[in-house]
Amino acid sequence: MIKKGILLLILVGFFAVISSLIINFTGNEALNPMAKHYAENGPSEVGAANLVTAVVVTYRGLDTLGEITILFIAAAIIGFFLKAHNADADRPSRLRKTSEILETASTLLVPTIFMLGAYIFINGHLTPGGGFQGGAVMASGVMMIILARPTSKFNHKLLSVLESVSGVAFVILGVLGVVLASGFLNNSFLPLGELGSILSAGAIPIIYVSIGIKVGSELTGILDSLKEHQNEI
Amino acid sequence: MTQYFSLEFITMLTGFLLIIVGIWGMISQKNLIKIVIGFSLFDTGLNIVIVSLSHIKNSTAPIIDKAVDVSQAASKIADPVPQALVLTSIVIGLGVTALMLAYVLRLYREKKSLDINSYTDLKW
Repeated sequence: MIKKGILLLILVGFFAVISSLIINFTGNEALNPMAKHYAENGPSEVGAANLVTAVVVTYRGLDTLGEITILFIAAAIIGFFLKAHNADADRPSRLRKTSEILETASTLLVPTIFMLGAYIFINGHLTPGGGFQGGAVMASGVMMIILARPTSKFNHKLLSVLESVSGVAFVILGVLGVVLASGFLNNSFLPLGELGSILSAGAIPIIYVSIGIKVGSELTGILDSLKEHQNEI
Repeated sequence: MTQYFSLEFITMLTGFLLIIVGIWGMISQKNLIKIVIGFSLFDTGLNIVIVSLSHIKNSTAPIIDKAVDVSQAASKIADPVPQALVLTSIVIGLGVTALMLAYVLRLYREKKSLDINSYTDLKW
């Protein structure tokens, strides 16, 4: 009882601290100077129709590199922690047999889901979406494969090759920006093209494709190591 | 009074309520997986609060197309910077959540228990 009282006190206290923030919040009337700069100069400097992509990949591309690194470290630690014992690999799975509906639906849906993921990250500079979203959609296709066929094995060598190649490609494209244009991850060393067409925005589509493949393979690795663990419990 | 019915105010209030639900879940629950869910709710609430700050009155998504011309972009679009930051934050939240679930699986393998009270090694 006394614990619940303390908990309630903490929550009410927290709400009291932030309540004045909420009550006095009136919303923004206009863009702040930095956002205004991005909105006015983004289309001509970067050439991406989606300004969020311009900010993520070019203006704050270094953040994205750090983010990818964090995701990579998380995936590596999960793989290290849940390393499957080879001795247990032959033990029959105790999972229930999957239903026929799920199995049949997965053969139909998985290629479509992969195609949607690829569409999302190829069009990242034009429409809402991008490398992370596309990669996550692809990983959801992998999730469906795991649900439909729990015994299926993934090619770990292929996954790690895909992951390393796309990660190295991202860094090389960033360094090419230093050499051929004005700074790290500057996309204007390739022609910017016409605003709103698929082959525009310089290097952004290539960078987003490599981010998409990297995120997709990393999330697949995470799902796979969480799955392999299930047979051992 | 009308400000309390605006989109950004409702979004921000929802975000803070989710944060409080998340704190409640992290403090009061005994099941490790429920604690992870509480953390995830906190994370989502924080993202919603940041996105609510990006909204400008009568603005649209920061994408240049037929509806938003290049010349008038600065007066028509929402702030793209918080949205980009939330994109980063969502991915990191996903990584951290997956990491915590891996720890939970590992702990379960050691002691066959998901109750937080059975892990007293670090208790003072």
